[in-house]
Amino acid sequence: MASLFNAQSMLDQPSYSFAQPTSHSEPRQHSFYPYTDNGGSTLGISGQDFAILAGDTRSTSGYNINTRYAPKLFKIGGDGPNNTGSKIVLSVVGFAADGRALKERLDTVVKMYKYQHGKDISVGACAQRLSHILYSKRFFPYYVTAILGGIDEEGKGALYSYDPVGSYEREQCRAAGAASSLIMPFLDNQVNLKNQYDASQPQGFGKEPLKPQPLSRPHVESLVNDAFTSAVERHIEVGDGLQMMIITKDGIEETYAPLKKD
Amino acid sequence: MNHFPQAWGRPRDDVYGQYNPSYLPQSHGGTQQPITHTQSPIVTGTSVIAIKFKTGVVIAADNLASYGSLARFTDVHRLKHFNRKSVVGVGGDVSDMQYLDRLLKSLDVEENYSTGSHTAEESETDPAMMGANNLHTYLSKVMYKRRSDFNPLWNALLVAGLDEKNKPFLASADLLGTTFSGPTMATGFGAHLAQPIMRRIVPDEAASQQLGREEAVQAVRDCMKVLFYRDARSMPEYSIAVIDEKGVELKEKEVLENQSWDFADKIRGYGTQTV
Repeated sequence: MASLFNAQSMLDQPSYSFAQPTSHSEPRQHSFYPYTDNGGSTLGISGQDFAILAGDTRSTSGYNINTRYAPKLFKIGGDGPNNTGSKIVLSVVGFAADGRALKERLDTVVKMYKYQHGKDISVGACAQRLSHILYSKRFFPYYVTAILGGIDEEGKGALYSYDPVGSYEREQCRAAGAASSLIMPFLDNQVNLKNQYDASQPQGFGKEPLKPQPLSRPHVESLVNDAFTSAVERHIEVGDGLQMMIITKDGIEETYAPLKKD
Repeated sequence: MNHFPQAWGRPRDDVYGQYNPSYLPQSHGGTQQPITHTQSPIVTGTSVIAIKFKTGVVIAADNLASYGSLARFTDVHRLKHFNRKSVVGVGGDVSDMQYLDRLLKSLDVEENYSTGSHTAEESETDPAMMGANNLHTYLSKVMYKRRSDFNPLWNALLVAGLDEKNKPFLASADLLGTTFSGPTMATGFGAHLAQPIMRRIVPDEAASQQLGREEAVQAVRDCMKVLFYRDARSMPEYSIAVIDEKGVELKEKEVLENQSWDFADKIRGYGTQTV
């Protein structure tokens, strides 16, 4: 049989009749920017035996309001597409399409965990997994600020906050999104009692700062309401509705209250 | 016997000569230019608008495809009928719209080839028929995938129809994969001009559940007129579709009626007038 190749090439490595791809082509130039900011704000506070996550429901692009009801809070795990029986909540704010993709990935992972291990994932493990998911896209990040809430293995309220590439930390409270710079100082003062001193003490430098105590659920709910009604006044991307999810050992309670639509 | 499996089935060089790689991309030894992606839309369609009402959804878009400021094609149908339950309205790049249309056609074949409910009575009761919500999920994932590949489909889509429970469904997806839904939706210029008018009629979900079919159709027609008055990339001939439990009623040759510029002399606040 006639050889397909000449003698020279027979000695070489096996080869194709056309050149192998040597390296990737030239770096491409892009004018397409794959991100946008959909505005809105989220907030989480943890208590003794509960955690509360809240977010407004407005979705914006520029000065336009896309819709007045686009939830930023998602139940994670549980059963079926409605996540019945779930005890973990993820809130995402920033680029809504990435937020949805992130939520769907975490939800799948948490559901797979239950099928594989026969028990619900702990919030701590879920929190670390979320960090890994975010970091896995370190060089093309999910452009979102995430807050994860649940109940830890001791029955205490647990709250984890993230940056877009997966740095995370467990905290008592955190505000994120468009109005985070308006809400966070309020929470520092009202939840962690920063710059608050015992009023009954005499004036002077030796005053004892107040020690933060775990807050009751009605108190936290009213703080969340105050934070959002104030943010709505001062930030144009925040408004329309306030969605809250309260996680306790018994499950998730969901509430919705209208905010100003202007 | 040739012992190099990668050469099996290939034309023999000693018979046919060396393979000519010139048409291949540069990365494969060819002289082709690098692969290019859409960096901006070329032939474009303008707004799509839609309103949900008590038992269904109305959606409309004009029949113009512009080439920059040139009104290039005047008979381009931008409402795509998918099945008995859903219609997709497409704004933005027209060639990407045609790609999406082919994609939807093949999806429809895939969905119905084996289950094959194509007689009228069968499709009437088919519980597995894709709802508009399923179609929207599919399209939004296509859009998000393409933006993540830095090769976007330069469109803004409205998906209108009924979900699996035959409830009215209306949602949008755009070139970034962003999705949202609401009782009224508008893409492009319509988001500025038509959306405020529609929101006055249907401020929330509850109001859309009170709205009758006739009122919804009239509201959409009024909005198409406002858009023609003020959107320079629009035309007076448009398509309008109503989707409800009876199926899809799509008209593709509607013309704006009762046009009048009588209101123009009462406009104050900008332009050259001094009073």
